[in-house]
Amino acid sequence: MVLAFKNETFRDDFTFSNSPESIRRFPFPFHEDKYMYAVNIEPHVPGPKGTVYEFPIDIDEHYVAEMRDREIVLAADPGRCQALPHMMTAQWDMLELLMTSMARDYPEHFSLTQDGDHWHWINRPLGIDQKFTFGDHTTLPYEPMEYIGRQCQGDFSIQDQRDGQLWMDAGIITTQADWSLDFDIGMNFFEWHGPVPLAHEAGVFERALKFLLNLQVGRPVRRLNWTMTINPRLDTSPENYHKWGIDRTTVTPENVGDKVHLRVELQGLWRLPRSNAILFSIRCYLIKMKELVTIPKWGRRLPRVLETLPPEIADYKGLTRYRQMTIDWLKKYDDGAPTSPGFGPD
Amino acid sequence: MTASFLRRVRVAEVEPVASRIKRFRLVSADGEPLSEFSGGSHVTVCMQAPDRLIRNPYSLMSCPSDTSSYQIGVLKVPDSRGGSEFMHENVSIGTELEISEPLNLFPPAKLARKHILVAGGIGITPFMSMMSELESVGADFELHYGVRSLAEGAFCKLLETRYGPRVHLYFQDKGQLVPLEQVLASQPLGTHVYVCGPKPMIDWALRSATLAGWPDENIHSEQFTAPPIGKPFVARLVRTGREVTVGGHQSILEALEQNGIDAPFLCRGGACGQCETAVTSCDGFIEHNDHYLTEAEKADGRKIMICVSRISGDAITLDL
Repeated sequence: MVLAFKNETFRDDFTFSNSPESIRRFPFPFHEDKYMYAVNIEPHVPGPKGTVYEFPIDIDEHYVAEMRDREIVLAADPGRCQALPHMMTAQWDMLELLMTSMARDYPEHFSLTQDGDHWHWINRPLGIDQKFTFGDHTTLPYEPMEYIGRQCQGDFSIQDQRDGQLWMDAGIITTQADWSLDFDIGMNFFEWHGPVPLAHEAGVFERALKFLLNLQVGRPVRRLNWTMTINPRLDTSPENYHKWGIDRTTVTPENVGDKVHLRVELQGLWRLPRSNAILFSIRCYLIKMKELVTIPKWGRRLPRVLETLPPEIADYKGLTRYRQMTIDWLKKYDDGAPTSPGFGPD
Repeated sequence: MTASFLRRVRVAEVEPVASRIKRFRLVSADGEPLSEFSGGSHVTVCMQAPDRLIRNPYSLMSCPSDTSSYQIGVLKVPDSRGGSEFMHENVSIGTELEISEPLNLFPPAKLARKHILVAGGIGITPFMSMMSELESVGADFELHYGVRSLAEGAFCKLLETRYGPRVHLYFQDKGQLVPLEQVLASQPLGTHVYVCGPKPMIDWALRSATLAGWPDENIHSEQFTAPPIGKPFVARLVRTGREVTVGGHQSILEALEQNGIDAPFLCRGGACGQCETAVTSCDGFIEHNDHYLTEAEKADGRKIMICVSRISGDAITLDL
């Protein structure tokens, strides 16, 4: 399938929107009318055609615009992309995984020719044609993680595994939900999850870590996470809080449908073969409330989820200030009918 | 989650490399290239014996960047449960086997300033791939390798040729022992030590390193245990309501599988922790044979690693 890439923005005039097809494939994260933390990990195996799970790496109509936004962020703040020196092998692992996936699954847009260590990569949407030597980073314009990270939707962090722990020792993070690579780099799994409420007490992180330490090559897993964002802004980083934090005060009953967005992260976890590191992909999907309610089941379910959300979680996700206003707006679309189990539209 | 995703491989070469050790070269038999792996990784090899399925973990010895084939080294163990004997007697060029994808429970620490590798006998195998990797990134390492005799020492000459003065060999029949205390006493800060070999050697090395003041984080070991034999007992499963008899030569995990009950596992050698199972009650004593649970957890008796541990007694009730 040839994708039609949209010309749109995620800042300033915020022209981002979803096509009807893009709305239907949105990874709605609630399988029932309430939400609580869980180790909701499942095998990252190919899903039905047309869904965001069809291929391991999902490329969609927002690709070109998202890559342009990443370029703006990195130009202003190079600290969004960092790798400790012992992560070079893992960087090459990541480049290989992404290039082979993208070229295999989107041959109209990307191609990769491998002749031993001599690789030839073509990215048609971004107009890139690059020959390089695999394993020799001086043959690329950036180190491998940054090179491919500038050409693939989603944030990526790479975790080294040692001492029965995972350490966030590299990453390219420009579309984050209020966390900072510059702050977290070098931290272990428990440290960077420190701020999450309730889940520590439930033992969620011990179980998740034990599971991840035994993650196998060729057996990636995935989970969904979610929050809400005012305006379709990808870069909601702590570094730029002064630019977007105030947006939360601009929500009115009249503009909820346009301003309030559900933000869903499709998170993938891959064991990298050469480095024994773990690649964590965080692919962000945004949808406006007025787009979301075009799917009747989601319009019924989301206000019910928001109403029953524990206050600690609402606070942690930064929803408190506009939660009620959003529920009130969404309630117009909830006729009280029962919703079917599962995530997808009926 | 169980390791049910297997790769089909064919034996391309079998080489006797020492008096009781054979090296097997495995190539892909399903058309898909083999995965790259990291130094210290192992695969689980499935062997269809006439009466049962045997699954043993073996370290990958080949160069991690060479995906044209994998190599494993198998020591024939007398009185074993049959895995190594099966490999020696029933597997030859052309035999097809199923293996798991590589898993690494024994990786070199990437932040180490120096690596001391201590191997005893067949314990050399994980260090073969580890040294390839360390060499390729220019890391500082040395190998101390103890064998019974030159005839029993696999790969002695190969290793000396490849790594020169970084390889130190000790022959038991000449009265030579790995001078562990000396080696451990004179290393720069930031050095990591890795031990693989028979259990007494691992225990000795771990104790020596601790006594010499090494931090726990810098001491690494790997040992795959075969499930020891014992007397039969009954395993009761709370969640499924089933009851199975565990034979004297069987592990709990094997007994469950024989009865068509799906239980989690990965390494099957008591090292990875995947098969950790909660114990509801035990009419007898748990014989903990794993390297995963802490001493306190073992004494507590509320967890068991069903791949290698069993009980002496009548019955155990498990949260399965």
